[in-house]
Amino acid sequence: MAQITFTDHDGGERTVEAREGQTVMEVAIANDVPGIEAECGGGCSCATCHVYVDEAWSEVVGGPTPMEEDMLDFAFDVRPSSRLSCQIKITSALDGLKVTTPQRQG
Amino acid sequence: MTDIIRTDAVIVGAGPVGLFAVFQLGMVDVEAHVVDILDRPGGQCVELYPEKPIYDIPGLPEVTGQGLADNLLAQIKPFAPRFHFNQMVSALERTSDDRFLLTTDAGTRFDAKVVVIAAGGGSFLPRRAPIPGVEAYEGRSVFYAVRAKDAFRAKHLVIIGGGDSALDWTLNLAPIAESVTLIHRRDVFRAAPDTVNKMRALVDKGVVDLFIGQATGLIGENGMLKAVKAKAEDGSLHEIAADAMLPFFGLAAQLGPIADWGLNLSENLIPVDVKSYQTTTPGVFAIGDVNAYPGKLKLILSGFHEAALMAQAAARRVHPERRMVFQHSTSSSTLQKKLAGA
Ligand SMILES: Cc1cc2nc3c(=O)[nH]c(=O)nc-3n(C[C@H](O)[C@H](O)[C@H](O)COP(=O)(O)OP(=O)(O)OC[C@H]3O[C@@H](n4cnc5c(N)ncnc54)[C@H](O)[C@@H]3O)c2cc1C
Ligand code: FES
Repeated sequence: MAQITFTDHDGGERTVEAREGQTVMEVAIANDVPGIEAECGGGCSCATCHVYVDEAWSEVVGGPTPMEEDMLDFAFDVRPSSRLSCQIKITSALDGLKVTTPQRQG
Repeated sequence: MTDIIRTDAVIVGAGPVGLFAVFQLGMVDVEAHVVDILDRPGGQCVELYPEKPIYDIPGLPEVTGQGLADNLLAQIKPFAPRFHFNQMVSALERTSDDRFLLTTDAGTRFDAKVVVIAAGGGSFLPRRAPIPGVEAYEGRSVFYAVRAKDAFRAKHLVIIGGGDSALDWTLNLAPIAESVTLIHRRDVFRAAPDTVNKMRALVDKGVVDLFIGQATGLIGENGMLKAVKAKAEDGSLHEIAADAMLPFFGLAAQLGPIADWGLNLSENLIPVDVKSYQTTTPGVFAIGDVNAYPGKLKLILSGFHEAALMAQAAARRVHPERRMVFQHSTSSSTLQKKLAGA
C-alpha cells in the first residue's frame, strides 16, 4: 500500500490509498479525484491525465518517456515537472507521493 | 452534386472492425464501400498506436497497430473494397423500406441496402487548442485545417505544434504569409526529419520565427485575433502579433453526426441486438467500439465476431431470394473465385 496526495489547482487536497502496480491515473479514477479525465484509459494517447509531480519526488518518479513527451505536446501549461499520470506505476518507493492537477486537461 | 453511388453496403469507419466487415460481407457476396474521415485505414490502431504491439489477436502472438491494419488490408483485398477517405458521413436517411441514403461532408452520396456503422469512438477530428478563450476565435481567425491557402496571404500567422501538420503548413504558408511564427513547447519535433530540417533552414534564413514555449492566451476582439500571448521556456511572457492562428494539437475521436441518426443512443453508444448486431433501425448495423449490449468488451476481437454475425443478417437483406448456406473460408466458392480473380 502507498499513500498518494492529489492537490488541485485551487489547493484542495485529497490523500488516497494506492496499491502497488496501479498507475497514479487509475488511483485517481478509482477514488473520483477531480481534475483527471483519462479519456484513453491509460493508453498514453490522450494527455488528459496530466499532473505535476511535487519537486521532492521528481527524482524518484523520474521523467517522461519520449512517447509521453510527444503526448505532453497536446497538454495545457506543461512544466518541467509534468507527467502523464497513467504512465507512473505505483511502487513502495512512491509511498507519500504528492502530485498536483493542472487548471485544465486539454 | 456527384452521382449517387448505388451499392449493397456502406461501412462507416475504416478501423480494424470496419475493415474486417469487408471480409465477412464479401464472403456472403455483399459488396461494400468504406468511408472514413481519416486519410488512411486503421482507425485507432493506426491513429493512436501504430507502433505499439497488440497481444490479443487470435493467431497473431504480437502485431503492431499498423501491422494489424496492413494485414487486414491484405486479407480483404480479394473483395476489392472501395474506400472514400477524408470525408465524414454526415447524414443517414431511410429512403424506402429497404434502402438508405448516406451523405458525406464532401458531397459523396450512397444509396445502400445495408449500413454498417463501425465508427469506434467516433470521427477523428482536430483537438481544440488548450488555450483559454480560443472558442471565440474559432472559424474566424483560428483554424484547425487549411481549406484555401490564399486565406493566409499577407497575414501575420502563428502556427502551433511540433508534428507533421504544423511543420508542413509552416513550410507551405511561409512563402505567402507576411510573417510566420511557429510556436512549440520544446525544441524537439515529432515531424519527419526532412521536414524539420527544412523548417530549421527557414528559421536560419529569418523567414520563419521559431518560438520555443507555450501559448497561454489570445488578444483580439469579435473573433479577430491581434496577438497570441506566449510563455517562453525561461518563464518570460511575450505577445506575438497575429491576424490568424493554426493550432495543431493532434486528433481526438468525437462521436459527431451519428448522434442525430435516430439510433436511440445511450451514453454515446448504439444499442444493438446480439443476434445480428442490428440497431433499432432494421438494415442499420453497428459493430466494434461504437455499439453497446450486455457484456460488451471493447476489444478488436469482439468487433471481428460481431462483423461475422452482422454479415449473415446483412446478406439476408441484400439477397432475400437466396438460401444462406454456411461456408468455411477453406471451401468457400465465393472466396476461391475472388482469390483467383485478384
Ligand atoms: C492505446 C490503445 C491500445 C489498445 N490496445 C488494444 C489491444 O491490445 N487489444 C484490443 O483488442 N484492443 C485494443 N485497443 C482498442 C482497439 O483499438 C479498439 O477496440 C478498436 O480500434 C475498435 O475498432 P473499431 O473499428 O470499432 O473503431 P476505430 O478503430 O475507432 O475506428 C473507427 C473509425 O471510424 C471513423 N469514423 C467515425 N465516425 C465517422 C463518420 N461519421 N464518418 C467517417 N468516418 C467516421 C473514425 O475516423 C475511425 O477511423 C486499444 C486502444 C488504444 C487507444
Ligand atoms: S489516460 Fe490518456 S494519456 Fe494517460
